Amino acid sequence: MRQFIHGIAENNHYQATHLLQILRQIQSRYHYIPEAAIEQLSGLLSIPRTQIISVIEFYSFFHLTPRGRYELLISDSITDHMLGKKDLLDYLAKKLAVAVGAVREDGLVSLENTSCTGMCDQGPAGLVNGYALTRLDRSSIDKIVELVNQQKPLDEWPKELFLVNDNIYKSGLLLDRQMEQGAALKSAFKRGVKATLAEVDKSGLRGRGGAGFKTATKWQFCSEEQQSVRYVVCNADEGEPGTFKDRVLLNSYADQVFEGMTVCAAIIGAKQGFLYLRGEYLHLYDKLQSILNQRRQNGLLGTNILDQGLDFDIEICLGAGAYICGEESALIESLEGKAGIPRNRPPYPVTQGYLGKPTVVNNVETFLAAASIAVNGGDWFADIGTEKSKGTKILSISGDCARPGIYEYPFGTTIQTVLNDCGADDVLGVQVGGPSGTFISNQEFDRKLAFEDLATGGSFIIFNSSRNILDMVHNFTHFFAHESCGFCTPCRVGTSLLQKQIDKIVEGHGSAGDVVALEELCQLVKNYSHCGLGQTAANPIITTLERYPDLYQNRLKEISYEPGFDLDGALTTARRMANRDDAGAHLAQTDAFGSRPVASLPPSLAVGE
Amino acid sequence: MSKTITIDGKVIPFEEGQTIMDAAMAAGVYIPHLCHQPEFTPHGSCKLCTVKVNGRNCSACTFPAADGQDVLNHTEELIEDRKKITQMLFVEGNHFCPSCEKTGNCQLQAVAYHLNMLDNHFPLFYPDREVDASHDEVMVDHNRCIFCTLCVRASHEKDGKDVFAISGRGIHKHLIVNAESGLLKDTDVAATDQAAHICPTGAILIKRTGYQVPIGQRIYDHQQIDQVSLATEHPKHGE
Repeated sequence: MRQFIHGIAENNHYQATHLLQILRQIQSRYHYIPEAAIEQLSGLLSIPRTQIISVIEFYSFFHLTPRGRYELLISDSITDHMLGKKDLLDYLAKKLAVAVGAVREDGLVSLENTSCTGMCDQGPAGLVNGYALTRLDRSSIDKIVELVNQQKPLDEWPKELFLVNDNIYKSGLLLDRQMEQGAALKSAFKRGVKATLAEVDKSGLRGRGGAGFKTATKWQFCSEEQQSVRYVVCNADEGEPGTFKDRVLLNSYADQVFEGMTVCAAIIGAKQGFLYLRGEYLHLYDKLQSILNQRRQNGLLGTNILDQGLDFDIEICLGAGAYICGEESALIESLEGKAGIPRNRPPYPVTQGYLGKPTVVNNVETFLAAASIAVNGGDWFADIGTEKSKGTKILSISGDCARPGIYEYPFGTTIQTVLNDCGADDVLGVQVGGPSGTFISNQEFDRKLAFEDLATGGSFIIFNSSRNILDMVHNFTHFFAHESCGFCTPCRVGTSLLQKQIDKIVEGHGSAGDVVALEELCQLVKNYSHCGLGQTAANPIITTLERYPDLYQNRLKEISYEPGFDLDGALTTARRMANRDDAGAHLAQTDAFGSRPVASLPPSLAVGE
Repeated sequence: MSKTITIDGKVIPFEEGQTIMDAAMAAGVYIPHLCHQPEFTPHGSCKLCTVKVNGRNCSACTFPAADGQDVLNHTEELIEDRKKITQMLFVEGNHFCPSCEKTGNCQLQAVAYHLNMLDNHFPLFYPDREVDASHDEVMVDHNRCIFCTLCVRASHEKDGKDVFAISGRGIHKHLIVNAESGLLKDTDVAATDQAAHICPTGAILIKRTGYQVPIGQRIYDHQQIDQVSLATEHPKHGE
């Protein structure tokens, strides 16, 4: 092992910034990070062991104790649940003879839930040793169980288990045609770098991650910083449940994305770029590396690009299972080999980003659009869309519809148009923008996709009238509690409190006052959290409570007080200690009038009161 | 003419490079805080020092003061919400003041008194946390840790060591120490380290010094934390 780890560290030039990439390889080889590896890395990278442990314990894909040689993770997105995930997971656990969250006794296989893997249009989905599994059903699960038990290496598993489709159903301005390799760079150099920035400005392009900051302004700010070193970062940490368009763009339009990054580098004066690829998209890694190599061979990356004196290259860095790394400053921390904890702002990344240097971070789709704008000019883009939202938006559509997949629409398109196109009827509502976005009811389908109305990073999950909205709220609320980085009090404690409070209501333990308490907590988490995660974590509750207050009220018991936990269950230890289990040693949850807990224990053993 | 901000209507001068917290402290305005100590790099995590700057919530300890800012600090809404944030800190750990050696000297307790916190408000988490009494002179009671990272920063910035770090994610966050065994006795911590004395709660204590000052004669027994803070903490000056 010593030699193996030394080799990895050497390949990573003993750089602590590569800690995630190093740990990924160790996890992949040993299925955990052994103590000896931590000790050795601490020396090789000259960082305290605590820094390595804090990174391991931060990311879902790293472990301090051994996982199975086959690490099976099943996606826990609401869309997987809508496709029957729960039954399948139970079936899989039974067939494999391993509990969810555990490692089988022989150490061969472990099974666990994981946050949305970005396969919502072809779920239920999962990961085996990091590689995406799609369209899981009982027959493919039978096959997987057999392959695991036979200890077949992954590269001998049938390819159809790993088949990932693009499912592009509607293309527009950006997806209509593939750009010729180098076309955007040639246009940009021909027009001039400054003039190209002016075209991006004219296009009105705004960031496609959801926040919508004007792209040209960001590039301009970065280029004006008095620093010689600058960086370009492409945010491909597509973690918002229900979003998968970046996976498709990187699968079929990667050249254009890289080209957009290179145009940005030419404009701001960067020599190094990074593609931060979410760990769940490991299956794209080799393909993307070969595209980068091809671009280097064709003089589109490396030194003196197209003989224009531009030196620029792109490195791919993989994430390791942390939704928060989609937040740009957390992403930068992660790129630096640390836990993905959002920074205090100001300073913003354009002034102090990666390694403290000015850095542009943009979404995959933003770079794709920028490359097209470099070729076709700003007007071409700005002619489409609305006043404040120019161009098109690529949607990831999933949930209850006939054709889940990728759809490109001009901004300003109504929700109803989208629903008609993807074959959705009997619709109850749509979650626009993922869990951090907005739930809209079927009374609002004339609303429009636009920064002025419904802003979205692209997630579009459809629910028909057979669905229970509270199931969705429950799933989303648990998701945020799981993904909170824990840095600030309101989000760390607040998202867990939201989870407890929603569980209490959904499970029927809520009573008068519990919805008011829930609302109050939502506002606290929203108003005081450090970053976008906490500020939007209560959105699923806030937006549904606003539209369907009865849904929540109806779950409440008509009593003034209801214990939030199982009173009788809490007495188990006391019963064991007293060595009795007669009727008198049990406690009813409430009395006949439902007003307060009833103790049937003798006074000496009774609790409360 | 020097640059100024207003806090609750009061005009306060500041120097370039100062945060709102620095400017407020220098002017004798107390903003509640737990993870902040002026001599360490601001962290901005406890969120008790949240103030409204031109209508937007910001952490006073990290947000730079800028000319003309209209800052709200002592409002009913902010006081009420800071109290709830303090209650969150109480319920997430195991804080039983009457049985804690730090009582009366504890900043968490003092802030709670200052904000008139009379109950926990939220359901208690009752987390299962350990006490590390392995070291001869210093002990860590994880039940009382609020993840302010002051010990982490003190060890790194003042003691030139890296004894402490925060690990884990979300509600599973926890304090770890720099030793293979995970125990304090195997680290290079010393009772003279600043990190061993900086804890605002009773999570890090020096052994064999307990109760030397009787309860009733402790720091916050007769003074509010705002007076103590303004008298003892010295804000950073501008660049």
